[in-house]
Amino acid sequence: MAFPLLSLIVLVPAAGAAVVMFLRSDDLVRWAALTVTLLDLALAIVMLAGFDTGTSGMQFVERRPWVPALGITFALGVDGISALFVFLTALLGWISVLASWIAIDRKVKQFTISLLAMQALMLGVFSALDLFLFYVCWEAMLIPMYLIIGVWGGDGRVYAAFKFFLYTLAGSLLFLVGIIVLYFEGGRTFDILALMALDLPFEVQSWLFFAFLVAFAVKVPMVPFHTWLPDAHVQAPTAGSIILAGVLLKMGAYGFLRFSLPMLPEASVYYSTLMMALSALAIVYGGLLALAQDDLKKLVAYSSISHMGFVTLGIFALNPLGLQGSILQMFNHGVTTGALFLFVGLIYERTHTRSIADYGGLMKVAPVYTGFLALFVLSSMALPGTNAFVGELLVLSGGFAANLALGAIAVLGALLGAAYLLGMYRRVALGPANVGARFKVRDVNGREMAAILPLAVFVLWVGLYPKPFLAIIDSSAMHLLQQLHDKGSGP
Amino acid sequence: MTAETLLASLQLSIPELILAVGAMALLMIGVFAGEKSASTVTGLAVAVLIIAGLWLVLKTGEGEAYGGAFLSDPFAKFMKVLALIGSITAMVMTVGHARSAQIDRFEFPVLLVLATLGMLLMISANDLISLYLSLELQSLALYVVAAINRDSVRSTEAGLKYFVLGALSSGMLLYGMSLIYGFTGHTGFTQIAAALTAEGRSLGLIFGLVFVLAGLAFKISAVPFHMWTPDVYEGAPTPVTAFFAAAPKVAAMAILVRIVINAFEPVVADWQQIIVFISIASMLLGAFAAIGQKNIKRLMAYSSIGHMGYALVGLAAGSMAGVRGVLLYMLIYMVMTLGTFACILAMRRKEGENVENIDDLAGLSQTNPFMATVLTVLMFSLAGIPPMAGFFGKYFVFMAAIEAQLYALAIIGVLASVVGAYYYLRVIKVMWFDDAKGEFARTAGELKLVFGLSGLFVIGYVLIGGPLGSAAEAAARTFF
Repeated sequence: MAFPLLSLIVLVPAAGAAVVMFLRSDDLVRWAALTVTLLDLALAIVMLAGFDTGTSGMQFVERRPWVPALGITFALGVDGISALFVFLTALLGWISVLASWIAIDRKVKQFTISLLAMQALMLGVFSALDLFLFYVCWEAMLIPMYLIIGVWGGDGRVYAAFKFFLYTLAGSLLFLVGIIVLYFEGGRTFDILALMALDLPFEVQSWLFFAFLVAFAVKVPMVPFHTWLPDAHVQAPTAGSIILAGVLLKMGAYGFLRFSLPMLPEASVYYSTLMMALSALAIVYGGLLALAQDDLKKLVAYSSISHMGFVTLGIFALNPLGLQGSILQMFNHGVTTGALFLFVGLIYERTHTRSIADYGGLMKVAPVYTGFLALFVLSSMALPGTNAFVGELLVLSGGFAANLALGAIAVLGALLGAAYLLGMYRRVALGPANVGARFKVRDVNGREMAAILPLAVFVLWVGLYPKPFLAIIDSSAMHLLQQLHDKGSGP
Repeated sequence: MTAETLLASLQLSIPELILAVGAMALLMIGVFAGEKSASTVTGLAVAVLIIAGLWLVLKTGEGEAYGGAFLSDPFAKFMKVLALIGSITAMVMTVGHARSAQIDRFEFPVLLVLATLGMLLMISANDLISLYLSLELQSLALYVVAAINRDSVRSTEAGLKYFVLGALSSGMLLYGMSLIYGFTGHTGFTQIAAALTAEGRSLGLIFGLVFVLAGLAFKISAVPFHMWTPDVYEGAPTPVTAFFAAAPKVAAMAILVRIVINAFEPVVADWQQIIVFISIASMLLGAFAAIGQKNIKRLMAYSSIGHMGYALVGLAAGSMAGVRGVLLYMLIYMVMTLGTFACILAMRRKEGENVENIDDLAGLSQTNPFMATVLTVLMFSLAGIPPMAGFFGKYFVFMAAIEAQLYALAIIGVLASVVGAYYYLRVIKVMWFDDAKGEFARTAGELKLVFGLSGLFVIGYVLIGGPLGSAAEAAARTFF
């Protein structure tokens, strides 16, 4: 077995959390967290650099026995589907530490421990090759996230934390029942690769598909399982929102890609139209809700629902364009929406209001801030040249190929996106300098710049030269489709 | 019985003999040394329990004793070790609280040793008569213990309630036993199973089975025989409640498993539906009724009702995996419960009075971060969130249920645990999200030790789960 790179990536934040427990001063804690997340990011870059784009198989695979009696192993590995998310998680981990540098001023140590634990678990989810390990990481994440929202959140944090926790738990536990059924149907193994090779009867696949759907749809979230999201996002502290939007939402879509499609191919094909319809509904409904918001954070939260609709639309288009587009779009959404939440957080630290009506003319007092905000807003509405354009174009091409009517509805959603995002930008940044008169607003400082710049780089990099990113995704996505259509051409 | 077989029988039951002789000796010491000897007697009682436990683990062999009435097998050993650990821990926790809870009498430790003796005999019982005698030994000791604070109205009420309902359930048990004896002609579990295989089931026997299950369901406080639990938990002095919540449940669950799997194995379909029903009812009631509770002891009472429901999910499966699930569930449940009660005992204001309301925990994360962290871990574990031990307990029983194709049971179970998660989260919310009302006094060392260890176990189960699982599997293989 080669150098255990993935274990290191997963365990570094966990070890960091353990170390932080023994530090006394808040500043020391912050610097330690920054070091740990930077180290993790460096390791993730090493991983991407060594990633072989020519194969669709799992890479950097590690296996260690855990509970041999039950066939549970500690198995890690990445392929083209998960590699980008490992990297995204590491990147946003670092950024969320920066984002909470001054925003979190009490119980800093506990916050940092939660944040680092969160990161370890998210990385565990994306690199697990054992279904049981995946589930443990998936659900254990509720603990730190519940605390992050509940302890450091806004005024409605208690309600939001409970809602987030119980909603997700309900979905996850049905998923657990599904996992156990799969374990018995699949010859008593939790090995994800072995389970992918299964050929289950259609009826079993259908049941499992819906058991999984509940869990993933809550996480994504797909309409009508989305109502926890606005509460959680709005009440969470900035770092919490970044993680929620940037990574947590991806896990649901990742679940579809990793489990539903390869393990339940017939059911996935059979229910794909239903899933695409739900996605189109999410795109339009999320967009309409965003259009009506006055709260900045709520607006971004509802836009997430709409954007994640594109992702699931692409996945269930079940064709190469749609699939590649949706994986890339997940990465893009992590970068762009993460950035938007960061920007909302930055301005909220200064003015302590999130109501759009309180703003106006921000460009005059904070030109750098509004300049970058423009970039991310344009990215979010998928302007050509930005990252989301590439992703959305691929998704929509795939969507049209799969179902013309639903593709057309999705385009409507893209239009709505332009409407609410531009409207928001106009009312916040342009116009007479309301905001300067009422609040003292300083422009971004070096620390904030350090958080913004990497995200801006990825917006333009993916937008202008997406080839390296698509190359990572390509062979795994093709392999997945191959698997799907070989087995899924049933009824 | 020849002298030889008697000697062999005695050898198999040495741990029980140690407890019996020890309890009598302690009584003598107490009587002669007078009222002030309570703490000495407690210390000696713990020593007696430890010696019995060591003998059990290191020296006791396997086999039948006393003409088949007493059985020493891996299952019995596993459960006895659990019961002894539960008793020892609960007794250690009483040390610092004996005076304030007004249980500083030497009779208290003696009664606990006698109750533990009853539990061990019950776990080993392989005959209806030895089952009944040991159950009554345990219950009688516990009735007195519940009412031991005789100047307190609440404690007296708890004891009386427990006694009346307990006597009723014993009556039902006895009635069921007489029916079973009448229809099979035997009292030994093995012979009953043989008679059932040979002659098939009869209506009278099913009646007997139902009555026996009802009597035992009372002891593990499963719905619909749970009514005594919240009142007794709340009314009894907290150290006594800690004792009630752990070891006796383990023992009663052990005998329930043994009687249905051993004696009634031929009529699986008949008892399975009863177990499924009380399991579902317990899980649901435990989840919903706890929501409105303000007193943390009452909360734990409903929580324990729910947890017994989950443990029964494993039993309902009726398979090796199911029994293994029950064993692991009881182990994990006991550790979590003892840890939680250690925290509850540590809820003492600086002025010296113990408080019991959930709201009294407000802001604990600021005033006592260590205890708050441990209690948080325990609450997440009780709610069944990975990577805590409680998740693995639930996982094993649900796995057994799904293997036995009891899908409805599994799905109702997981949904009930979502509801249950709500009130555990509420405790965490009070500790972390709310502002402090006042500080607690310094936590006594022994309580810190107990809840620290149990927190460590709950977190570390991920790492040590393998060997424990194998041990439970070996114990469960006794029946299959």
